[in-house]
Amino acid sequence: MIAQGFADPVLSGQKTFRALMDAMARPGSIQIIDGIKTAPEALGPTMSAVALSLVDHETTIHLDRRLGDDADVRAFLAFHTSAPRTSECANADFALVSDGLAMPDLAAFKAGTNAYPDRSTTLLIGISGFHSGRRYILSGPGIDGIATVSLDGARADLAEQLSANRQLFPCGVDIIFCAAGEIMALPRSTRISEA
Amino acid sequence: MSITYNFAYLDEQTKRMIRRAILKAIAIPGYQVPFASREMPMPYGWGTGGVQVTAAILGPQDVLKVIDQGADDTTNAVSIRRFFETTAGVRTTTHTGEATVIQTRHRIPELTLQAGQTLVYQVPIPEPLRFLEPRETETRTLHALADYGLMHVKLYEDIAHHGHIATTYAYPVTVAGRYVMDPSPIPKFDNPKMHNSAALQLFGAGREKRIYAIPPYTTVVPLDFEDHPFEPTRFGQPCDLCASTTSYLDEVVLDDRGKRMFVCSDTDHCEERRSAGHRGRLLGSAPEALGVGPRS
Repeated sequence: MIAQGFADPVLSGQKTFRALMDAMARPGSIQIIDGIKTAPEALGPTMSAVALSLVDHETTIHLDRRLGDDADVRAFLAFHTSAPRTSECANADFALVSDGLAMPDLAAFKAGTNAYPDRSTTLLIGISGFHSGRRYILSGPGIDGIATVSLDGARADLAEQLSANRQLFPCGVDIIFCAAGEIMALPRSTRISEA
Repeated sequence: MSITYNFAYLDEQTKRMIRRAILKAIAIPGYQVPFASREMPMPYGWGTGGVQVTAAILGPQDVLKVIDQGADDTTNAVSIRRFFETTAGVRTTTHTGEATVIQTRHRIPELTLQAGQTLVYQVPIPEPLRFLEPRETETRTLHALADYGLMHVKLYEDIAHHGHIATTYAYPVTVAGRYVMDPSPIPKFDNPKMHNSAALQLFGAGREKRIYAIPPYTTVVPLDFEDHPFEPTRFGQPCDLCASTTSYLDEVVLDDRGKRMFVCSDTDHCEERRSAGHRGRLLGSAPEALGVGPRS
């Protein structure tokens, strides 16, 4: 049976989006997400809520191997979003990566063009949490001075990956990290270094 | 028969499409993201872009303020406020400090906006280069190359003709050091308020189908020259109702013999100052039509 989506598609979708908007407008800030408790286990409540609030039949999604191999996840996303799937990272509007340690190189995704930098991939990446792990220093639009954040369960060379992504500005990918009940966004405009 | 609307009028698929555009706009400050603008139950030019952005972000816990040229009580502001009272049932206010979402036509409130507030601008022409280069394909290339020489030539021609930069509203700005952006037809008096604001600023152009944004704490620099630096408009006199010397003033003609007064364009700011006891030169004798009647 297909798992239930948002209990209230209108208001839960709005609440999730506002957390996403605040996250994107204030890179490095931790925003609370009321997850979908009935979501398939591999996708998790938080990433499920983020996905259902943004994805629909107009957006192409890419699933990593673990999610793509999971029949429950496929059925859940197909039923609730009708989003066409692609196996090519470079064609995806949204890429769902369940494990931050296994994140593909960011250069593999769609970065947009100089004329249309918005035609790029937004990555939803599952990580363990924002309260321990490697520390990073962020600066850029949305940040008052600098911000220090912790990411647990991201690739060891994350700062390098994101710095290369920043070099592409205004092109590049945007990232939404999803942990249990919390999200953090790192848009392409953010500068990052290891603390 | 009563009509039931989806929350905030728009259908959910439209909201998702607009929300995706808003996230891209925030990620690329100052870049105009194309979006599939919908027909709204109001004509273009009445804020259809701003209304769509507001509808996509609004939630039941929000408190909405709508202003038109700074005033809460003009037709455009009143009708948009009512639109969202009817379709979303949200609480509305005229107090800037109380609002979580402020939709505006052509002004930024005088009260400094705080973190957690979102300012939604109604934008008629989002493309700052449009009057210099009518072809979208060309302006898109100019943005892609960050080639803004045309705009500097325009400002230079102002100086050549008038001795100073004569652009007084919709004064172009550079956002986060990259995109030149039209701040919508706000007076250049308001330009400094956009710089490093704690609030999120979203811009919606319905007819032109563009959404763009300035995230909080982002550098917003008006274009100028070293020897002709940007100067915000200054007024030589205080508000005649509240004696404010720091607000943007509207000129009100009082009779056909040249009598006139200057009053704050931001009605909420003016009212709050008056209720705090500030008294302008003409307070008490202002015509009743201004709604501030003889007060003791």
